[in-house]
Amino acid sequence: MIISIASGKGGTGKTTVATNLAVSLGKGVQLLDCDVEEPNAHLFLSPVFENTEVVHAAVPEVDEEKCNLCGQCGEICQFKAIVVIGNTVLPFAELCHSCGGCMAVCPEKAIREGERVLGIIEAGRSGDLEFVHGRLRIGEAMSPPLIRKVRSFTKPGVITIIDAPPGTSCPVIASIKGAGFVLLVTEPTPFGLHDLKLAVGAVRILGIPCGLVINRSDMGDDRVREYAEEAALPILMEIPFDRRIAEAYSRGRMLVEVMPEWREKFLLLYERIVELAK
Amino acid sequence: MKELVIISGKGGTGKTSFVAAFASLAENKVLCDADVDAADLHLIMNPAVKERHEFQSGHEAIIDADKCTRCGLCRELCRWNAVREDFTIDALDCEGCGVCVYFCPEKAIDFPIKTCGEWYLSDTRFGPMVHARLGLAEENSGKLVSQVRQEAKKLAEARGFELILTDGPPGVGCPVIASLGGASAVLIVTEPTVSGRHDMERVAQLADFFRVPVMVCVNKADLNLDAASDIQKFSEGKNYAFLGMIPFDPVFTKAMVVGQTMIEYDTRSETAQAVVLIWKALQKEMGI
Repeated sequence: MIISIASGKGGTGKTTVATNLAVSLGKGVQLLDCDVEEPNAHLFLSPVFENTEVVHAAVPEVDEEKCNLCGQCGEICQFKAIVVIGNTVLPFAELCHSCGGCMAVCPEKAIREGERVLGIIEAGRSGDLEFVHGRLRIGEAMSPPLIRKVRSFTKPGVITIIDAPPGTSCPVIASIKGAGFVLLVTEPTPFGLHDLKLAVGAVRILGIPCGLVINRSDMGDDRVREYAEEAALPILMEIPFDRRIAEAYSRGRMLVEVMPEWREKFLLLYERIVELAK
Repeated sequence: MKELVIISGKGGTGKTSFVAAFASLAENKVLCDADVDAADLHLIMNPAVKERHEFQSGHEAIIDADKCTRCGLCRELCRWNAVREDFTIDALDCEGCGVCVYFCPEKAIDFPIKTCGEWYLSDTRFGPMVHARLGLAEENSGKLVSQVRQEAKKLAEARGFELILTDGPPGVGCPVIASLGGASAVLIVTEPTVSGRHDMERVAQLADFFRVPVMVCVNKADLNLDAASDIQKFSEGKNYAFLGMIPFDPVFTKAMVVGQTMIEYDTRSETAQAVVLIWKALQKEMGI
């Protein structure tokens, strides 16, 4: 069972929900932090990493001896990542989407696969929990291939919890596609509501069942609850604003560690997810 | 003309509330919402849309079932496994690379240009605004960010305005990179939490990478004053202009609920005055 935790708006509490749910469930759980632009779950779980792997994207490298400047590579490339100018061929590795088109089309077999570093994957454990995250290289624009690499650690037969990035575009899709359930964490504010609606739209395009966690549930207004009712979105948990929670969070401490009574609530949350995902 | 881009790394630190507050304080500026996949600034600015434009970018492969002989070459070549077993294409997986289109021996694959969002020129009570909406689950957010920033620049030139206030996206990836290139300065709005600190360091590195001068302020500072002062020390150590701290204050949420900037909501509150001081420090720093 794969459960992705998403939100639309950033800073609503995705990581809090993902880490506390994972720790409450304990054994037989893996947490994949797919917010590779700004991974945070490790700050709360202090995992011990056993493996680090550099992840590359395939980019063209041209053998100038073989290249006859026919220009077909530049014609097939949709991303302007390789062009023939005058009597030279210029690959732009940063623009390359790794489609392999230039290599496939080159009649002289003058293009081979080089590499661009996307970032790293670190895998390890935090107590009973299996933990994997990706860290996008600073300056790298494309996160989806690194997200897919983090997801390649998904094991069958265990509970996989994915901490997704904010937003509604391709990195989010890469983090929720194929999940059995999407848990949307929101806050009852106009920004929270607006971005929640977008996120629900994206989740529904994929046809995945979803439900809500309302964080800081006593700040703001009632419009998120009204929308949830209209859109038939089950509210699975509410976390009130509590300065103790916010201060503990600021120090990297887990909610279930500071207030152990929340463990039961997260276990209940999981039971409700399982029911809804059926 | 100068462009200030407000970013944070971590989401939810208060970027948009700060942009809105600055909109109340700055004169003769264009507002630009570059957080195109979860744009929120319009919820406070309540813009009257004057012009609406389609945003077209990239292509999408579509197999014509009548022409397709199911030879399987497209499935073999596609690096995104976007061609299903029944020879239809999963639009969400299609990268728009056109490799299948190029090689299909039957010329059975269409490759129409995609409309992936809209952008708008609007008027607000604080002046003109450029904003956009990326289609759900779409790609090319970076290109849409570049487009709205370009339009904001054109608009500022046409009106003779010297300042663009840009609300940036969270993270450090494609849309953030697109919102940094050529900016005059960035303000990183962070919070004194382990994640706020971690994420601001990454996005500051990105700004350094693009040689954009960095300014920093801390929101919700009293949630952890030690961490807030560590961020100040870190910023000073890196020669980033540290502009000040704001306490955790529900006034941000209250103002948002009624669709106002926090300055409009209560100019005299201590927090509003702290934001005014940050704005003044920022003006001095940027020479605006």
